[in-house]
Amino acid sequence: MARKLLLEHINVPGINTFDVYRSKGGYAAVEKALKTMSSDDVVEEVKKSGLRGRGGAGFPTGMKWSFLAKPEGVARYLVCNADESEPGTFKDRYLMTYLPHLLIEGMIVASYALGAKTSYIYVRGEMMPQIRILERAIAEAKNKGFLGKNILGSGYDLELYVQPGGGAYICGEETALLESLEGKRGNPRIKPPFPAIAGLYGCPTVVNNVESIAAVVPIINEGGEEYAKVGIGRSTGTKLISAGGNVKNPGVYEIDLGLPVEDFLYSEEYCGGIANGKRLKAVVAGGSSVPILPANLFMKTITGEPRLMSYESLAEGGFVSGTMMGSGGFIAFDEDQCIVRNTWNFARFYHHESCGQCSPCREGTGWMEKVLHRLEYGHGKMSDIDLLVDVSKKIEGNTICPLGDAAAWPVASAIRHFRDEFEWHVTNGAEAVKRNYGIAHYADPLPKVETV
Amino acid sequence: MKVTIDGISVEVEAGTSILNAARIIGGDIVPPAMCYYSKLEGSGGKCRTCLVKVSKGSEKDPRPMPKLVASCRTTVMDGMEVQNITSPEVIEARKGIVEMLLINHPLDCPICDQAGECDLQNLGYEHGAVKTRYEFDRRTFEKIDIGDKIQLHMTRCILCYRCVFTADQITNHREHGILNRGDHSEISTYIQKAVDNDFSGNVIDVCPVGALTDKTFRFKNRVWFTKPVEAHRDCNHENCKGKVTLWYKGEEVLRVTARKDVYGEVEDFICNECRFDKKKTADWVIEGPRKVSNHSVISSNHYDTMKPLPVVKSNPVLIEANQEQFERETRL
Repeated sequence: MARKLLLEHINVPGINTFDVYRSKGGYAAVEKALKTMSSDDVVEEVKKSGLRGRGGAGFPTGMKWSFLAKPEGVARYLVCNADESEPGTFKDRYLMTYLPHLLIEGMIVASYALGAKTSYIYVRGEMMPQIRILERAIAEAKNKGFLGKNILGSGYDLELYVQPGGGAYICGEETALLESLEGKRGNPRIKPPFPAIAGLYGCPTVVNNVESIAAVVPIINEGGEEYAKVGIGRSTGTKLISAGGNVKNPGVYEIDLGLPVEDFLYSEEYCGGIANGKRLKAVVAGGSSVPILPANLFMKTITGEPRLMSYESLAEGGFVSGTMMGSGGFIAFDEDQCIVRNTWNFARFYHHESCGQCSPCREGTGWMEKVLHRLEYGHGKMSDIDLLVDVSKKIEGNTICPLGDAAAWPVASAIRHFRDEFEWHVTNGAEAVKRNYGIAHYADPLPKVETV
Repeated sequence: MKVTIDGISVEVEAGTSILNAARIIGGDIVPPAMCYYSKLEGSGGKCRTCLVKVSKGSEKDPRPMPKLVASCRTTVMDGMEVQNITSPEVIEARKGIVEMLLINHPLDCPICDQAGECDLQNLGYEHGAVKTRYEFDRRTFEKIDIGDKIQLHMTRCILCYRCVFTADQITNHREHGILNRGDHSEISTYIQKAVDNDFSGNVIDVCPVGALTDKTFRFKNRVWFTKPVEAHRDCNHENCKGKVTLWYKGEEVLRVTARKDVYGEVEDFICNECRFDKKKTADWVIEGPRKVSNHSVISSNHYDTMKPLPVVKSNPVLIEANQEQFERETRL
């Protein structure tokens, strides 16, 4: 069993309180960083760890921190993005519910590294219990002198605030989040300037995911080089995966990056296989916005290598036969699930959540949803399938923020890999309403790649 | 700074956007812009019709930009090379965007007051497909009266945000904004509270489509039957220079607008008194007829400006035939 770095003490009763968390070695990273390290040392340590952003894009966190502009006399901010709203992803909520102090500890260390005197945790509006948990934890930490003026006698001041969002998916996009935090309508900003230059209130700002910030704690405790030993290649450390869908044991699992997907999906330690003895049909590996893959392409890459749970391995094959790590929202579909219905459901979500700022996304998401609805309910036409591909191409890459891409990829990939299921919905419209297409050939072994 | 757009080089100041650099060059290489408005700070980047391809980032960093960029919000770098109409990728993307803009637009041009001076109409004419592939109901809204002089026809709106920026920046306090999100978002004044200040009428001028129309002009006439004349008056309002275009039909002034340049942007914003209340020739000092591009539908009925083609000049038979046709058509 691999060592847990984030969820080590998750089962200790009362770990959500300051005293129990402290007795389990909590806040050691704050002590170590504030008393023995300079802020540049902390950034250097995070760089050495190779930690990559856990929110979806996988951008190296240390590098992001070093890009932060540091003009004299201008405040800097750290904002924690806890607006987790991706369908299929629920790792941040889990972390905040059970280990609020881990996030706060990470926030203190990260704020210290960036020289931020005020930091915010922007929590999705629907997560009211988590907001209360965090506020209580902040009060406890402040009471013990880990927040506020002159933390642990180091002369470093930090105020930490929790800000509830309005419950919009788009506010998880970093610039929309900053707009929302400033009290404006949550429309993504046009980049450049990037938040590292002009972010919150026009000041240099770093926006990090909850899990990225929490991961700073083990990095400081153990050292960046130790952390980098976990994992594989450029995917270092551990990652929280929220497994859902038709798996036997859904839940949040901490895995070492580089774990074979076969182990993750079928070992009893993690998902425990597909529920009710059914067979796997398809997998969405990293939350609703990443490309969906049929079972055979998910288990093995196109070249026949077993796929691993790492940024690189999941992305192997590009858009043609690969997917993405995303935010770790792992959704498994068994043989009874309808891919057309699922694609429609995702499209409906993106249609509902598009901010309406740029035209391709505003109009295109609604269009795709309507066409997919028609296909799902058996009124579709053969030309609809190519229409969807074309519309998704017109949206992809032409929008201000990545929501357009996120809306286009699931549709384009579902059609790429499950075209016969879509066609079946057209040719057997009446039947498609009553029963599902089934697993077909989606779990069959891949044909051998011919070598010339 | 030197920037090359579609093979044409131009020297511009640092901080200029690609779109403005293209406007300095002028002609066909200027990307269309539905939401950018040079007089309004922060506008642009939303409609995506001005997307261009940056094939060379700058002299220092010659890598091309990975995605198409919105030319109205991307500043030029020294040595940048941009492709607009020479890039099939840009043309394809723009075609897609025009299609997207039109799927929820009612296309009620025959009864729309904006027809003839509508940016979307021009854009659709240049880039749009003959038939739409959209087969669903379009979104519709009730018409809303914003004050007694302006009507909002949300169904036609393309959510360019220009009027929001105008209300924010030209008038003293913000009174209208966007409600909801996605394709159900709408311009609104919160519980239909009347926009009531001296400069509110400018939202009509900045609207690229017929979503905000002048109620004093509604259904009075088609713009191509009216004759634009430049005029000015001594306006008492401190921020209004009183420079306008009067739109005549016969002896009657049908409407008053600010003066717009070739890109549909006003030169100066005007106050509501000039716009809505001064509709007599006696109120104004006439400067002369307004120059309208020959390509514009507004100049289509003005035959006296028609010049015979060069080939006609040297051929006596054609001169005579042309004269005959000219007289016949102007009589009609």
